[in-house]
Amino acid sequence: MAQNNNFPETRYELINPDPLKTDEYILNMGPQHPSTHGVLRVLLKTDGEIVEAATPYIGYLHRTFEKHAERMTWPQIVPYVDRMDYLASMNNDLGYALAVEKLAGIEVNERASYLRVIVAELNRIASHLVFLGTYGLDIGAFTPFLYAFRERERIIDLFEEISGSRLLYNYIWIGGVAWDAPEGWLQKVADFCDYFEPKIKEYNDLLSFNKIFIDRTANVGVIPADLAINYGLSGPSLRGSGVKFDLRKNDPYCIYDRFDFDVIVGEGAKGTVGDSWDRYFVRVQEMRESVKIVRQALKDIPDGDPKEKVPRNVRVPAGEIYFRSETPRGELGYYIVSNGGKNPVRVKVRAPAFSNLSILPAIAPGLMVADLVAALGSLDIVLGEIDR
Amino acid sequence: MEPLLKFALDLIPGLSQLPHWLFVTLVALVAAAVLFGFASVFSLFAIWLERKVSAHMQDRLGPMEIGGWHGWAQTIADALKLLMKEDIIPKEADRPLFKMAPAIVFAAALASFAVIPWSRSFIPSDMNVGLLYILSVSSLGVIAILMGGWASNNKWSLYGAMRSVSQIISYEIPISLSLITVVLISGTLSMQGIVHGQEGNLLSWNIFRYFPFMFVAFVIYFIASLAEVNRTPFDLPEAESELVAGFHTEYSGMRFAFFFLAEYTNMFIVSAISTVAFLGGWLPPFEFLSFIPGPFWLFGKALFLVFVQMWLRWTLPRLRVDQLMYTSWKVLTPFSFALILIVSFWRVLTL
Amino acid sequence: MEAKDIYQKLKDRFQDAILELNDEVLQPYIKVTADQVDEIAEMLRDDDAFQFDYLMSLSGLDLGENLGVVYHLYSMKLNHKIVLKTEVPKEKPDVKTVCHIWRTADWHEREAYDLLGINFLNHPDLRRILLPEDWEGHPLRKDYQPPKSWHGIPVTLEKEEDEDGAK
Repeated sequence: MAQNNNFPETRYELINPDPLKTDEYILNMGPQHPSTHGVLRVLLKTDGEIVEAATPYIGYLHRTFEKHAERMTWPQIVPYVDRMDYLASMNNDLGYALAVEKLAGIEVNERASYLRVIVAELNRIASHLVFLGTYGLDIGAFTPFLYAFRERERIIDLFEEISGSRLLYNYIWIGGVAWDAPEGWLQKVADFCDYFEPKIKEYNDLLSFNKIFIDRTANVGVIPADLAINYGLSGPSLRGSGVKFDLRKNDPYCIYDRFDFDVIVGEGAKGTVGDSWDRYFVRVQEMRESVKIVRQALKDIPDGDPKEKVPRNVRVPAGEIYFRSETPRGELGYYIVSNGGKNPVRVKVRAPAFSNLSILPAIAPGLMVADLVAALGSLDIVLGEIDR
Repeated sequence: MEPLLKFALDLIPGLSQLPHWLFVTLVALVAAAVLFGFASVFSLFAIWLERKVSAHMQDRLGPMEIGGWHGWAQTIADALKLLMKEDIIPKEADRPLFKMAPAIVFAAALASFAVIPWSRSFIPSDMNVGLLYILSVSSLGVIAILMGGWASNNKWSLYGAMRSVSQIISYEIPISLSLITVVLISGTLSMQGIVHGQEGNLLSWNIFRYFPFMFVAFVIYFIASLAEVNRTPFDLPEAESELVAGFHTEYSGMRFAFFFLAEYTNMFIVSAISTVAFLGGWLPPFEFLSFIPGPFWLFGKALFLVFVQMWLRWTLPRLRVDQLMYTSWKVLTPFSFALILIVSFWRVLTL
Repeated sequence: MEAKDIYQKLKDRFQDAILELNDEVLQPYIKVTADQVDEIAEMLRDDDAFQFDYLMSLSGLDLGENLGVVYHLYSMKLNHKIVLKTEVPKEKPDVKTVCHIWRTADWHEREAYDLLGINFLNHPDLRRILLPEDWEGHPLRKDYQPPKSWHGIPVTLEKEEDEDGAK
């Protein structure tokens, strides 16, 4: 069946607003704004409270990662990769390491794979907790933020023990991981899982099923499934629109095919399928699934030395690869081109939030300014990976 | 005013030597100064209380350092800091309006203190239209908010001011309607008269009369009063995550402090009105407790309601502007109308 | 579908526009000419056998003499992937846009233009996305020299850098 092109048009004439027109209200949600989740500028053309067009301007956090990558050796790129999506560094590391390993044909130890999965899923929980807290703040609920960060502190303490750092870890290296888990760390992770699962019910009681919250987010920023696929949305934003697509199941990498977990999909429980509440609730439920995966990994993790296969010099033969992994934001793709030398020729990062944000001009018309904040927040963007 | 004059004469008999107009002016000035002092000190206290309440609800501690015991002097330090800040006025701002706005907001809040009955004799002015006076004077604050938002020459402030004006005006109606039910029961608009009508014990307070209708009236009044003082869930005008700080974004230093003080004073005023109208004012719940003076009861009950307002702020998200309007016009107003009908019928039939 | 079959079907329809297929590598790719990219893309999206409805990534490359564009396509319904490549000379880097086929390409093409200078024809809004609007030059090219300063802010330092970046 052929696709149709009946998608809403993006309004491009906003770039040169007519200075003589006085009935429109050009508003600048500037780079410094409490709820743009980073340095993002959105230029709004509104008619009173209703938004007619919204254009995002990015690039305020551009740190020329791709140019740097061409001058560094393969292992040196790992800390730089951390800093793109700084809320989910382990997942960034994982994607890069797996991409290079596939291109170079490097095998990874079993224990290293299990440790990778555990830290990646814990980081997914941490990132979703930040989303929950800040989304509550956007809607006006001040307290869930503190509760979410209380839980996140426990995860960050675990990460500090295993990698030495709280936010940007440089932990998953090409060929394995940087450090083995210290004494008792695995038990602490198990304790954390037991402590955390009842908290999800707390968040649901306080925020998810609160009538005011539902009124603010249901039916706001509805993204139909075909529009989402066409714009390249991925991750919870895509699953919120009813598309059952999770790279950990559809295109398994690392050892994810050994774990049993559900793919949460938005069902329009409180409004339309694909509204902000669906995207929010998908992430809350995903935290529960991540806990499931961590528990299974803890049960099966073998002994060994996860650093044994980390090569001293990484030799990558000529070739290219596009490798994608599922981060908390969606599909993170690494397109790596190598000519056999010490440095890559090209490292292109396909950031999930980059495409997630590009749908904003299509869903903004017709929303009120307060709804725009809710819709933007539900896309869960991180400017670090949009701008790279 | 008479009870106050009598009270002053009893205290200092020498005052009867002064000419009458001087005597009255002096007493009035002293009363105004006392109330101004109370309003300011209460605001300082309320800000500290809010920080502690919010902290404990969010599983943290709040101010602990300044002053020693749980940081009680924190707000004093903040007030001193604000006094010493540079006074920035935006370049294109409308200077006279910009400067007047905080003063008018605070004046409107302060003027309402004139008819709050603290005890049998301490009420600055026992007007026989006390309730009407309070409702009118508290609406003056709306003009000042609009002035502040417009004069800041900032689109975001204007947004906040517009939202605030529409919100306050819409919610005036449920407030007035639910207070009319109280007037129907008490038969008088005078604040002192309303309190006298509730004499007895706990069960003769207006909130428990004609049960459950007056209770519903109390709930409607409470919700509408949250909107009057721009508190969450109705704090869209100062929505921190959207408008930075709404209509008082551009204010700094002491002017900002005035807005803040006025907000907390307003919170106390609406709680005090609620206490007087529904919860018995300065009357103790049981006769044997009447050795505790009246002001304590009024202050205690109003403080409890202020605490509930703070509790709600840190629990609930905020409503969007159109949902706010919907709540006022399509939910609260029809219910208040229905309540007036029911209470009138009940009263007439049992007279 | 196998890459060979995709190549065959495309060749049947477009003949000379389809240049070559390389399926010896890890991820097989099909090279096409730059001026028919949009028609090929439309067929890839709409044809029942292909149904490539998801553009995973659109990257620009600096290949020395030429500039390249690489499209990674995926089909949600049929679960197969293909890589499409095209090359244009540096003097005249014109490639037809595909942003009316996959809206994903809108911002990805703006980024390729911004960093590499590839000109996408018929793009509705081709302007810089990551760098400031008045920046000069295309940084990701191998022969890029950064300017001395931009609006008074110094860009390059006085000191020379080491050979291959390993400081």
